[in-house]
Amino acid sequence: MSALLEVSGLGKQFGGFVALDGIDLDVMPGERLGLIGPNGSGKSTLVNCICGTLQNETGHVRFAGDVLDGEPAHRRTQRGLARSFQLPRPFASLSLAENLRIPILYTVNARAGGGLAGAAIDARCRDLLGQVGLAEKADRLPRDLTQIEMRKLELARAMAAQPKLLIADEAMAGLSHTEVDEIIALLIRLNEQGVTVIMIEHIMRAVMEFSQRLAVLVAGRKIADGEPKDVVREPEVVRAYLGE
Amino acid sequence: MRTLPFALSLILVAAGVFAFGRWLGNSYAFFAGYVVVQYIVLGTAWNILGGYTGYVNFGITAFFAIGAYSTVVLHKLAPVLPLPVMIVVGGVLAGIVGLGTGYLTLRLRGVFFSIATLALAVVVQTLITNWDFVGGARGAYVLRPRTAPLIGGEYMQYLCLIMLGLGVIVLVTARSIQRSALGYGFAAIRDDEGAAEASGVPTLRLKLIATTLSGAFMGMAGAPLPYYVTYLDPASGFSLNYAVNAIAMPLIGGTGSWLGPVVGAVLVGGLQEYLRVTISSAVNVLVAGVLMVLFVIVAPQGIVGLFQRKR
Repeated sequence: MSALLEVSGLGKQFGGFVALDGIDLDVMPGERLGLIGPNGSGKSTLVNCICGTLQNETGHVRFAGDVLDGEPAHRRTQRGLARSFQLPRPFASLSLAENLRIPILYTVNARAGGGLAGAAIDARCRDLLGQVGLAEKADRLPRDLTQIEMRKLELARAMAAQPKLLIADEAMAGLSHTEVDEIIALLIRLNEQGVTVIMIEHIMRAVMEFSQRLAVLVAGRKIADGEPKDVVREPEVVRAYLGE
Repeated sequence: MRTLPFALSLILVAAGVFAFGRWLGNSYAFFAGYVVVQYIVLGTAWNILGGYTGYVNFGITAFFAIGAYSTVVLHKLAPVLPLPVMIVVGGVLAGIVGLGTGYLTLRLRGVFFSIATLALAVVVQTLITNWDFVGGARGAYVLRPRTAPLIGGEYMQYLCLIMLGLGVIVLVTARSIQRSALGYGFAAIRDDEGAAEASGVPTLRLKLIATTLSGAFMGMAGAPLPYYVTYLDPASGFSLNYAVNAIAMPLIGGTGSWLGPVVGAVLVGGLQEYLRVTISSAVNVLVAGVLMVLFVIVAPQGIVGLFQRKR
């Protein structure tokens, strides 16, 4: 089976600062990958380069066999590569249901043969909100939501694009123990429906529980990749997190 | 309501307004009515970019005057052309300039976009002022025909009717956009451009559609102006009043919906016309300014926002 996402030799600089240096990363269809690394190690830059928010300077990103280099973010989302943002970025003037309507209108309906019309779109929005437990607030504005509800909306909006690959960028930062469990359950349910998931997270408990495979970034390089249990014991990983 | 019944009822309203004007038999009514409807068109055009998409355009007079001066040029070259054709030409030219502005300001957001559009107004005004063919700084006379084609009576009535027709077209367009995928895309851009792009919205293309449409409608609003004023010089064509009103009216009425600019234009435009004849012709700018400040503080969602259900 060939990889769904292939990142090869990916590099990105900001002026003289090397944010990413020759990253290689393959993600298989249906996989649950955890991506960890200390602050400033380049995790979000990697996500941004994969999703097209930033353009990589060297190397390639391939998705489902196609080279994505230079393609704008919205085209990648239409291909089935969705992300959630680290800090929730809802459409503040639109109701929750309308927030989900946007990706449906512009991704699902933009794909061949995927046209949903008026009432069907609304039903789908409400169904998605139900899946994340926000059904009752469908007509409210994002400003009425709590922190965890905001994260759920962020994930629901990414799910609304019916992605093949979902990148959850620190979807759990700042949440309580039980709230973290809720999000993990949500992501695992999504994965069981056939969506490949990359989870970027600082909460080790969540990462260990969720990931089938773990990759570690430190200072713009990938220093480990493999079984989560083995990876966290590797001396280089321990050194990066705990020092000498 | 679907688009077709909405368009038909809007046409009925416009016809009613026109019939009422004829029944009054007062030519001033047509002069005042023309100005109010012109501001409905201009405010709605501004709102497509400023209200729906969130890009505040200060260069209104550039687009408005391009429409007006294209009519001056056509009047000199081919005075036999009917006015609707001139309006289409003015709209196309202003639309092209809108598209160009969109391309040149792609990387500019927020206040930086606004400053660039302000510069555009200055550039266009300088070009027109130095273009001898359209009268340069001296201005140009565009004498309107004595009688109106098709409907008979004063030419002013014809101008008013044309502007009403334009108002119907612009409002139907604005309302259709608001309820379509395009409108949701615009709203997404207004709220968060990065998140919109991540949700699959082709932000670049949509912004260009918005700048083009908005510019084109502003140009169309300006195209009949030379026949209205009969003497057009850069100082009046690029008057700050147009820019202030085109922004103030949607803000006062409410920028989120097609109805906002209409409410704002009828209210502010009507009040201005009333004060112009009762108190002073200079007080009208004060009205727009004071009301705008008041509404930004007291009701930032505008009048329409006050009546919309609280969510």
